[in-house]
Amino acid sequence: MSIDISQFLDTFYEESFEGLDTMETELLGLNVGEADAESINTIFRAAHSIKGGSGTFGLMNVADFTHVLETLLDEMRDGRRDVTQPAVDLMLASVDVLREMLTALRNSEEVDSVRVSEVHDQLDALLKGEAASAEDDIVEGAVGDEEENAAVNSTAGWNIGFKPLSHLFKTGNDPVRIIKELSELGSLKASVDLSAMPEFDLLDPEECCLAWQIELGGDATEEQVRDVFAWVDEDCELVIEAIVSGAAEELEEVVDIEPEVIPTPDAVAEESVVNTEPTTASAPVSVAAEKAEVKPSSVPTKKPASPAAKKGSAAELGSIRVGIDKVDALINMVGELVITQSMLNQLGEDFTMDRVQKLQEGLSELERHTRELQENVMQIRMLPISFSFNRFPRLVHDLSSKLNKKIELKMSGENTELDKTVMEKIGDPLVHLVRNSLDHGIESPENRLAKGKPEIGILHLNAYHQGGNIVIEINDDGAGLNTDRIREKAIEKGLIGENESLSDEKIHELIFAPGFSTANVVSDVSGRGVGMDVVKRNIRDLGGVVEVKSKKDVGSTFTIRLPLTLAILDGQLVRLGDETYIIPLVSIIESLQIKAESVSTIAGGAELYRLREEYLPIIRLHEIFEITPVNRELVNGLLVVVEGDGQQAGIFVDDLLGQQQVVIKSLETNYKKVEGLSGATILGDGTVALILDVAGLVNLSRERVKALKKQAAVA
Amino acid sequence: MSMIQGLDNNSLADNAEGNQYLTFLLAGEEYGVDILRVQEIKGWDNVTMIPNTPDYIKGVINLRGTIVPIVDLRARFSLETIPYGITTVVIVLRVNSDNGSRIMGIVVDAVSEVYNISEDALKQAPDFGQAISTDFVMGLGTIDEKMIIVLDIDHLLNSSVLKALADQESK
Repeated sequence: MSIDISQFLDTFYEESFEGLDTMETELLGLNVGEADAESINTIFRAAHSIKGGSGTFGLMNVADFTHVLETLLDEMRDGRRDVTQPAVDLMLASVDVLREMLTALRNSEEVDSVRVSEVHDQLDALLKGEAASAEDDIVEGAVGDEEENAAVNSTAGWNIGFKPLSHLFKTGNDPVRIIKELSELGSLKASVDLSAMPEFDLLDPEECCLAWQIELGGDATEEQVRDVFAWVDEDCELVIEAIVSGAAEELEEVVDIEPEVIPTPDAVAEESVVNTEPTTASAPVSVAAEKAEVKPSSVPTKKPASPAAKKGSAAELGSIRVGIDKVDALINMVGELVITQSMLNQLGEDFTMDRVQKLQEGLSELERHTRELQENVMQIRMLPISFSFNRFPRLVHDLSSKLNKKIELKMSGENTELDKTVMEKIGDPLVHLVRNSLDHGIESPENRLAKGKPEIGILHLNAYHQGGNIVIEINDDGAGLNTDRIREKAIEKGLIGENESLSDEKIHELIFAPGFSTANVVSDVSGRGVGMDVVKRNIRDLGGVVEVKSKKDVGSTFTIRLPLTLAILDGQLVRLGDETYIIPLVSIIESLQIKAESVSTIAGGAELYRLREEYLPIIRLHEIFEITPVNRELVNGLLVVVEGDGQQAGIFVDDLLGQQQVVIKSLETNYKKVEGLSGATILGDGTVALILDVAGLVNLSRERVKALKKQAAVA
Repeated sequence: MSMIQGLDNNSLADNAEGNQYLTFLLAGEEYGVDILRVQEIKGWDNVTMIPNTPDYIKGVINLRGTIVPIVDLRARFSLETIPYGITTVVIVLRVNSDNGSRIMGIVVDAVSEVYNISEDALKQAPDFGQAISTDFVMGLGTIDEKMIIVLDIDHLLNSSVLKALADQESK
């Protein structure tokens, strides 16, 4: 049977990138000089998996590169090499190179081989240099690393108890191959233990029921033996004992790691049964029967469920890892929903008016379950913001050495959750703001000391929930925004008039204007002036806002407010002709009845409405959308005052309907993007209603007025 | 995924009887589409109009939670439009494009039959400058002396979207 391994490639990439992230985090956390053995082990394991995986998929350049890195880590792990700052920096660089290589390979692009070989050579040089000195240290002159280790242990061989867990085959491992590999290390005597073997008719060929007792002769090190089992160490019970030949008593170690996921489904099954039982009791008999049917079937399926679920999530493009507790909660809820549904079904079969009370109860229960289910499903898309924050330790580490600044990064609220899509899109703006704070905000150590501040600057990232929003704060205790310089620059760029007097807050907002940079020198890090307006636009695209508060020599705080999710919004339903549209509630300021005397028309057809000394352009939605409205007379309709793209406008509609939460559906999935619309949703009666994109509408109407003017000019 | 497609092709498409086509009527002519692309056939129901789109895009419907655009095939082929009647149906199709597949619906006068037409029996359509560009015609089949125009729906419906896009830009 041939297997198309390319389908596993995505999983490999995903796991490798996760591995690289782990390596990076651990490397940054390493204490130079006295490294924590556990951290080094974690880094080593990640590197080892990447090496193994890339070898399997024939990505030899990745495997080769990782091999050198692994060798280096191996020496550190064994304590044969000190963890030095240059070594850590080099390893960080290697992580970057690996990430680039894997990204290039995944996108089938050319790998930057110059950079790869550069870092490869550096790693080689480090290895050689240190190896030489290490050899000098050993007075006895041990010939090589391996022998040296073996000499210390001086064993005559190993007794290995190898008992694979029953799902071993499903992980793609084969005990025969492992034993073959062992035999290459020395003389081998193996006996098989058949005690766990079931009767033939109960035998499941996909489960492993065998165990082995292996006696390995020769002078292999424990390390080498363990390496053979490296791929299966979580899927077996492994006992490795030295056959002691001399004085040294060797350690006995029992590795007994059962995959942690397995016990949980049991708990779930029990739990859900317990939870649902009371409801079942009150429900009619047929439900109980159905329940009884469900119970036994759920028992045998629970074991294979965990590997299968893992595979399923990895196969899809852009997958999410979901905590098992969230899935459990969902299963519970669906269970209750099913019960409520069958109760209503029963009720509907022979309904009489005297049972109307019961029907209402059932319906309200159904509503509650549906809402809870919806909330819980949304929870699945929620990830802690630490996914986004995690890259900042590295960034701060790199930038502070580049800028010669001393900076401490503090993070809080990392567990605040937000929607995956929002998270992906907020990454770049966050990086930009952090870079800005590091580059322009926090001063150099000398400057700080001169100002009487502590030498080390503090950058604080904070996240929390407030209302239906997530708030992310980026706070530094640096110099703060230079109000005078911003003012000067704004006047120079013609953004404000020379004699205009503005409050500090207004001036601070100017940094979000396009093409604005006050950095005297355009540095590698920031200052090209393309930044803040893009940041603001990106955040606005997500339906969020960004604000800045700053005080000279105290610091600045950037506050980003974002909706928790892009999938649901609070909407105001409006009617226009026969159509129903939805205006996002966040962009509505107020709705009002139009007074004829407040409407004025300026040449070219643009209509303005005077509202409290402000003039708002009126957007006649029916003209832009070319549909027939009920009213054309402004006084007969209503004006919804909205704000979009930083501008207020009034949308003229026939009527206001209700307000409700709507689930956003994309028009692009099956059609394409339509200007002026941000999506569609399905109303309670099953019909489709379109969601208005207020900023897009403002632009559309602006263009329309321009076009009209042009026409008028031609005529 | 690839396995399922492979299965479709092997078991259904390549058998001796040829491909199966669902045919429908449009202004007196009989047209065919690959039956494997047909998701469902449903009666005409009101649609939600999408603003600023060409007139052959009737609007969108809710198909079990998915928003599906509906193309009026008469309008698409610049045929005379008639009021929708009791036989008017929407055929919901899976359309493959460069960036994945879409679900779209077409409004036709009535559904007709399911025929087997082998690939060899499909004749190239002559170019007579008719309303339907030959680009959209995969071939002409003959069943009982009757001509069936087999449509290339991928080309037809994708180009509808593209054309709509171009129209909007030129506006």
